[in-house]
Amino acid sequence: MNAPLVDLTNSLPLARPELLLAGFALIAVVIGAWFKDRAFGALSFLAVLALIGAGGLAIMFQPGAPVEILQGAMVVDGVGVFAKVLIAFSAAATLLLGADHFKHTKETRFEYPIVVTLAVLGMFVMVSAQDLISLYVGVELQSLSAYVLAAWRRDDARSSEAGLKYFVLSAISSGLLLFGSSFVYGFTGSVRFDAIAAAISEGAGGVGLIFGIVMMLCALGFKMSAAPFHMWTPDVYEGAPTPVTAFFAAAPKVAAVALMARVLYEPFAGLEDQWRQVVAALAAISMIWGSIGALLQTNLKRLMAYSSIANMGFVLMGLASGVENGPTASLLYLSFYLPANIGVFALILAMRRDGQSVETVADLAGLAQKRPWMAAMFTMLLFSIAGIPPFAGFIGKLLVFTAAVDAGLVWLAIVGAIGATIAAAYYLRILASVWFAPPAAPLQTASGMVAVTATAMAVLTFPVLVIVLGMLQDWAEAAVRMSF
Amino acid sequence: MSELIAGWPLLSVITFMPAAGALLILLSRASQRGDNPGYDNGVKLLTLLITVGTFIVSLVAFGGFDQNAEGFQLQESIPWAFGMSYAMGVDQLAMSLVMLTTFLMPICILASWHIEKQVASYMVLFLVLETLMIGVFCAQDIVLFYFFFEGGLIPMFILIGVWGGERRVYAAFKFFLYTLLGSLLMLVAIVAMIVMARNAGIENPSNIPALTEFAASGGFSPGIQIWLWLAFFASFAVKMPMWPVHTWLPDAHVEAPTAASVVLAAILLKMGGYGFLRFSLPMFPDASHFFTPMVFALSVIAIVYASLVAFRQLDMKKLIAYSSVAHMGFVTMGIFAGNEQGIQGAIFQMLSHGIISGALFLCVGVVYDRMHTREIAFYGGLVHRMPVYAAIFLLFTMGNVGLPGTSGFPGEILTMVGAFQINAWVAAGAALGVIFSAAYALTLYRKVAFGVIENPKLDGILDLDAREWVTFVPLVIATLVMGLAPSYVLDFTSVSAQAIASAFAGAAP
Repeated sequence: MNAPLVDLTNSLPLARPELLLAGFALIAVVIGAWFKDRAFGALSFLAVLALIGAGGLAIMFQPGAPVEILQGAMVVDGVGVFAKVLIAFSAAATLLLGADHFKHTKETRFEYPIVVTLAVLGMFVMVSAQDLISLYVGVELQSLSAYVLAAWRRDDARSSEAGLKYFVLSAISSGLLLFGSSFVYGFTGSVRFDAIAAAISEGAGGVGLIFGIVMMLCALGFKMSAAPFHMWTPDVYEGAPTPVTAFFAAAPKVAAVALMARVLYEPFAGLEDQWRQVVAALAAISMIWGSIGALLQTNLKRLMAYSSIANMGFVLMGLASGVENGPTASLLYLSFYLPANIGVFALILAMRRDGQSVETVADLAGLAQKRPWMAAMFTMLLFSIAGIPPFAGFIGKLLVFTAAVDAGLVWLAIVGAIGATIAAAYYLRILASVWFAPPAAPLQTASGMVAVTATAMAVLTFPVLVIVLGMLQDWAEAAVRMSF
Repeated sequence: MSELIAGWPLLSVITFMPAAGALLILLSRASQRGDNPGYDNGVKLLTLLITVGTFIVSLVAFGGFDQNAEGFQLQESIPWAFGMSYAMGVDQLAMSLVMLTTFLMPICILASWHIEKQVASYMVLFLVLETLMIGVFCAQDIVLFYFFFEGGLIPMFILIGVWGGERRVYAAFKFFLYTLLGSLLMLVAIVAMIVMARNAGIENPSNIPALTEFAASGGFSPGIQIWLWLAFFASFAVKMPMWPVHTWLPDAHVEAPTAASVVLAAILLKMGGYGFLRFSLPMFPDASHFFTPMVFALSVIAIVYASLVAFRQLDMKKLIAYSSVAHMGFVTMGIFAGNEQGIQGAIFQMLSHGIISGALFLCVGVVYDRMHTREIAFYGGLVHRMPVYAAIFLLFTMGNVGLPGTSGFPGEILTMVGAFQINAWVAAGAALGVIFSAAYALTLYRKVAFGVIENPKLDGILDLDAREWVTFVPLVIATLVMGLAPSYVLDFTSVSAQAIASAFAGAAP
């Protein structure tokens, strides 16, 4: 290990994306303090640029082999870069939606882009964590920003409730994470991932270590809203303002999944036989419960919350399947799932009835007759999330199924098939409202950024973008090979 | 001819021409605000032109097709991501079903001429559906096959749900979810097959000919075949549909608009039979032998039971739907007889059923358009007011019964000959179904067409107009040609049938 100062000067160039985000957040606070809420539009725009810039820097300076920075607290490697790009992309898209929406509702508080940027900074730390300390710091920075975002509409009872509920439950899970980490530290003698892995390969551990790992997995399962740690998800999704929900449904998922993958395949790779059952069980419960729970929901956001639980089940199926195909499948699954998800939220934001945002499935009635294009996009996006071909979401399902079958988890794939069928029922219910129901009250549709985002995401559901798909696959495979 | 078209990606053109047309309509729709009858008529005409154009291109492909060559022809292949490839190719079996599809689509569009609700969306969905259906038969890569196979659910779901009858939403859900569960289990099996083939070092593990070859060399052990076969069966049996998973069909049929019923009966049901012939028999021959008694039993039950149920129906479409279940029983029986007669008969029966049941649904559509009811008791004595209609309806009723001289006969007799060599009792049971089919079909015809007109509402009913003439003439010709000269079709499909039969016979226990 280098001397601290040398290490710092070597590290900083590789931490460009994080530095950009942190720098932007600090400067933006000053600008905001000066110009107050008048700066909302400009700051949102700059934040989008900063996010895109951070993603771009991450790709541009991707090293050929993993490089540890900041005394080995963090690492710059393939999976980290892949996750950062996905996070930056989805955060930028949802921030655009938010800027548009809050301007419309006249809630232009300049802190919004700053808090989002800080949350993203936390996620960047999460996905490049290389020891238990930076892992926790990243998770907390992300979570604290998220609590604030959930309670963004502070005069609204539901929003405040969402924030508080999220905070209390999430604090418990953070406690679990620390508790588990302390066991892991106690039984392996280190907080560094490589040292933990080395200790495990030398036979450290026993029940105490397993206990610690299970605690950590529970906490991470909570952060990615996998059943049975999902209880907060529907309430928070429903209570938070819609653009915030869109944000929650996208970027933090990537961070949690990438972190989970890193924890499973770096420090605990030697204990694969032990944690595989846990992860597979989480996957199975999420896929089934996420599907059944949504069947009776009438609120669109609650429905999408359950849908995200079920989809996290599929991602976990990939993670449970071993290093050969598993993480690649999960990353690719996410990169097909997220755009479709953001697109759905963009469409929800694009519609209003009597000046109110659409809330329930019934609010969508008659969309196909009034706006055939929007109905067509809704159809594509939802079928992509449901994993029905010919849309991209199907390829994600195919990949995780392949990974699971390859790993001998055929039962899990069958559970997934059953879960996907149940899930299809509620996606169909939304589409039935869109297509079959007669139009109810007049429906206003927004244009501008929201419509553009929705269209762009709908286009992304088409896997006919053959070349892009091939490149994406190569990239994900290379990233996983480099990291794990 | 074949030199002229060499090098052209004909199958892709046939497959994606309708989709391109759909995109064109979608783009033009974006410039429209509100209802515009002139625009709607333009869309209908454009759709008709596209479907006719597709049919013409498929005729060109047919001209370049060598009916005596074994294996896939007109092949195209582009490697794709994730180990899949965009591989298209047809053998005689697939080619005949492609021709059936492209032949029926213009007829369906003509039959939809009176649609007034959301015309552009309707036509777009039909064109997308055509692309997906043709793709199913042309795909030479098993994942690509699945793409098209399951994608077809989406336009069908919307077509039934938007333009259907009273209980359309229920029917649409039932149709979608029933077929989806079967399909997803098949997807798991497909994945397992690809993984096994890849681990055995096969180069294109998702390529259908490569997989077939791998299976022929014993790639799937009999124990594994059982599970794979069952997963595929879950999908194809629902699609077929076989008793007891047929219950979605009457609902979907009754509630679907006429043209969607035609497509459902004529083409979508054939995907199940096609799947059995393309995958189950050649890839899992041991399991197919093992399960033959079960399939035979289900087929005979389907034939007898569905015929009896059909007899008691009060709704014309429901009656024809149940008769479809019975006729598909002949198809499964013929397929799993596994000999050349059986398979030939099954293919013939699929093609013939496509034309006859499609035509029967159109016949129902004709009177439904005029009277807006499908209730059998409403009608009676139509022959006095609609002589031409009565004659055409009679022809297709006879075809449904399997009268020699119509296309219904050769398929039924061949499947029974095929089954008779395996199990005489099965053939005897199926023969019973032929008698029943005469009973219900002739009763329907008697109640609707004969007698005196008792319902005063029928006094002013008009006979076929010019559009309906154009719709029916090709179907009449096809029925008679296939009935009087079945060898045209049988000679064409014999190479495929022999190949499948020999793959199946090779695994005889």
